[in-house]
Amino acid sequence: MEIIEAKGLSKVFVLKDGKQVTALGGIDLSVPEGQLTALVGPDGAGKTTLMRLVCGLMTKTDGSLQVAGLDVTQRPQAVQDLLSYMPQKFGLYEDLTVQENLDLYADLHGVTQDTRQQRFRHLLEMTELAPFTERLAGKLSGGMKQKLGLACTLVRSPRLLLLDEPTVGVDPLSRRELWQILQQLVREERLSVLVSTAYMEEAARCEKVYVLNHGHFLKGGTPAKLREVAAGMCYKVTPPEGMPLRSLQSRLLAEKSVIDAVPSGGVVRFITRGNPVELKPLARLSLTAEAIEPRLEDGFMTLLKEDVQEQGGPAVQTAAASSGQMGTFSERSRVAAPVEIEVHDLVRRFGDFTAVSHTSFSVHRGEVFGLLGPNGAGKTTTFRMLCGLLPATSGKISVAGVNLRTARIEARAKVGYVAQKFSLYSSLSVYENLRFFGGAYGLYGAHLYARIQAVLREFHLQDVADHAAGSLPGGYKQRLSMAAALIHKPEILFLDEPTSGIDPLARRTFWQKITALSERGTTIIITTHFMEEAEYCDRFMIQDHGRMLVLGSPEEIRQRMRLPDATMDDIFVAIVEQARSEAEKDSKAKGAVS
Amino acid sequence: MNISLQRFLRHLYFLCQKELLSLFKDPRMRIQLVMPVIIEGFLFGYAANYNIEEVPYAVVDRSETSSARDFLAHVAGAPTFSCYAVCGNVQEVSTLIDAGEVLGGIIVPEDFEKKLEHGEPAPVQVITDGRNPMIASMVKSYVTEIAASWSEAKGFSRLPVSIETRTWFNPNQLSRWTFLPSFLAMIAFVQVMFLAGLSIAEEREQGTFDQLLVTPFSPTEILIGKATPPVIVGLFQAAMVFLIARFWFEVPFAGNLFTLLLTLFIFMVSTTGLGLSISSVAKNMQQVLVYLLVLMIPMVLLSGLVTPIHNMPEFLQIITYADPMRFVIDAVRRIYLEGAGLCDIAWDFVPMLAVAAVTMPLAGWLFRHKTT
Repeated sequence: MEIIEAKGLSKVFVLKDGKQVTALGGIDLSVPEGQLTALVGPDGAGKTTLMRLVCGLMTKTDGSLQVAGLDVTQRPQAVQDLLSYMPQKFGLYEDLTVQENLDLYADLHGVTQDTRQQRFRHLLEMTELAPFTERLAGKLSGGMKQKLGLACTLVRSPRLLLLDEPTVGVDPLSRRELWQILQQLVREERLSVLVSTAYMEEAARCEKVYVLNHGHFLKGGTPAKLREVAAGMCYKVTPPEGMPLRSLQSRLLAEKSVIDAVPSGGVVRFITRGNPVELKPLARLSLTAEAIEPRLEDGFMTLLKEDVQEQGGPAVQTAAASSGQMGTFSERSRVAAPVEIEVHDLVRRFGDFTAVSHTSFSVHRGEVFGLLGPNGAGKTTTFRMLCGLLPATSGKISVAGVNLRTARIEARAKVGYVAQKFSLYSSLSVYENLRFFGGAYGLYGAHLYARIQAVLREFHLQDVADHAAGSLPGGYKQRLSMAAALIHKPEILFLDEPTSGIDPLARRTFWQKITALSERGTTIIITTHFMEEAEYCDRFMIQDHGRMLVLGSPEEIRQRMRLPDATMDDIFVAIVEQARSEAEKDSKAKGAVS
Repeated sequence: MNISLQRFLRHLYFLCQKELLSLFKDPRMRIQLVMPVIIEGFLFGYAANYNIEEVPYAVVDRSETSSARDFLAHVAGAPTFSCYAVCGNVQEVSTLIDAGEVLGGIIVPEDFEKKLEHGEPAPVQVITDGRNPMIASMVKSYVTEIAASWSEAKGFSRLPVSIETRTWFNPNQLSRWTFLPSFLAMIAFVQVMFLAGLSIAEEREQGTFDQLLVTPFSPTEILIGKATPPVIVGLFQAAMVFLIARFWFEVPFAGNLFTLLLTLFIFMVSTTGLGLSISSVAKNMQQVLVYLLVLMIPMVLLSGLVTPIHNMPEFLQIITYADPMRFVIDAVRRIYLEGAGLCDIAWDFVPMLAVAAVTMPLAGWLFRHKTT
């Protein structure tokens, strides 16, 4: 029995200027009842549009769409009565407590008083929010907010649950807990779930996975079937001593026959149609690749890459690690390089809330240093203090020998900065933005002009130089931000969440760029909520609730945690659980004393 | 040239270029900067007009002599009045006034000509509609003046009705004359406050302000860059109102253009400082709008534009010293109508400069030290 059945479903948006944008181009979808079905695909693939069509919040342009045998267009109310939808930004009332939020949603859905108590108890127990019913929703952590959102969505027992990227930016532990809840719901209540996600290991937990790109399904089927796509093409290789994973990965990615390469668990995983022995970077370093089993992500990346090539889209392997820059990598030990950034016992409080608590670290010249952690962990606060945008409550910060907040303004000329949100002037053209920021960093005349042309070329922005920056698609904006930050060739580059909201292919290109910059000696500080991106960093620290959980290189940390092949998500979970059990021991010990 | 000065000027160039570009690139903004000024300029010229034209009135001529007819003809000939009815007695006049058909009546007594011939004052009775004191007093003063000019033309040594003090600089008491020059400052004031007020808050909301703060621009440079467009726009708008006042409403300009420009420039700088301070304090654009509205209405009320300052209670009068509007209106009126020179109005500059000297550095300091 299928709960959602779509045939030739399409949705076309007509923009103000009369242009038509096809969000969904005739897709066939069948979601089985009582199972988990995942929608995966890059940002802008049409996942949210599809969800909203199923809910009847949007009307289709063409095709047929039925939910539990009901036509959505004809009977939207009947369809809405049997499903619950949790959008990407769920509307929790931050000034109400957990209990009040639940009550409110129960009232809105007309849940009767007698069924309500039992349902609440069940949901609170499942989400482990029972001890926090009196806490304001605004004061919950990102993961707890998502769990509360899920609980509010489930106040009545729907037949179908739609979740739009419920775990973006949530810490790995909460993400796992959230998925356990979903699996429990499917088991106990025979709930049907359609969930969109950017995390492949989450999609792998579903019975059925659909891969969506540019409004078309590339493939649908069981995770095993999707893995098959990359069967026999997956390898892993260990770089020589002292070579960062990203350098090898970047070089592999530059090869035409390589579909994808990522640093993972101390090795570089890659997918190639050809024979790995013929790959130049491996031959040059006399490395041997070892065949491995494909993961869902490998299948996904293969499908995506094939689709992009068919569409004649821009090749992902761009200038970043082209032959000219090959071999510039030198086996120097970065830790021996002088310290560029030093942070000692840094604290930042907002009222009685501690955003960053007693954090110390140092970054060496030419290092790629990652600030990792879920949303709300204190990364951005730390980052803003480093850039001199926010005063520290206490502690010492030194960037290139000075504190940017109090130093003479010339010191800032050594630094490039890319904010989390696109923050260049939207009404100004690409060229005007670059000219302004070039001027800000003291460039002028012929030199400024030459640098503008150089970064336009480097970031493939020549064709849009006269376009208003605000009208560009996301990927272009991200490249423009990078171009503006690098126009004066800074020694230190600060990047705040540069990879959130860009698709996996663009992320690969972005890291290639970072690798190339670091090989030229630029020091890079980067924040990200994608734990796996720690693999690209020389060293990183993980923050959670303002506290620094761990600091070191990926290898060191794996050894310290005695988890040799673990992913960064596993490591995060292990660290948090370890910290929690220690805290419990402490409190028990204290209890025993008193 | 000094290297740091060169860099300072280059920085200013890039900042001002960016500010002006982002302001004028938006087509809606271009319309917003021009249309309201034109509309308001004309609107105020026509609507904010206490003067009366073609006032309907009734006449009772008890004298029925040639002098009386001549006098009445003189009144009827004035553009201010239009004779609505000739009545037999006062009773009929009061009926017409009650019905709102006429706004006043003129009664010439029987002994009008006799008294004139004897050189005695010949009273003419003027009845006005007291329900509208403003119009009543206007009618009275117009009749008085017409009578005066009539008797002067006739060569009478003594005047038939007592004459009130002649108003200086606006001999016809045209309120448009006092109003329009004040609007030079007033209309620009509103938009300058909004432009300056929103500029930083908008950048903060869009995240571009952080990007600006991490660049090697100094707060002074950013401040000057931010202040330039509002001042330029303000001067431009004042110029438009000036042209409307001077050439459409034909209010004669007695002063010196440079003096006027300098006065307006100093005023714009002080208001821009105020707007930028508000902008740096506010969390978002919404807050800016609230602050601006709360601040602007009292500023206009206390400026003496509508009501004379010396009629205000003393503590309010003291507060008006912090209101740059008060001094710019005084200065502009005097330059425009009296032809006052720089020396005459120099004292008006002091409070305006004082406001600028406080608000500008405050805004610059707040850029950095407001913690978000």
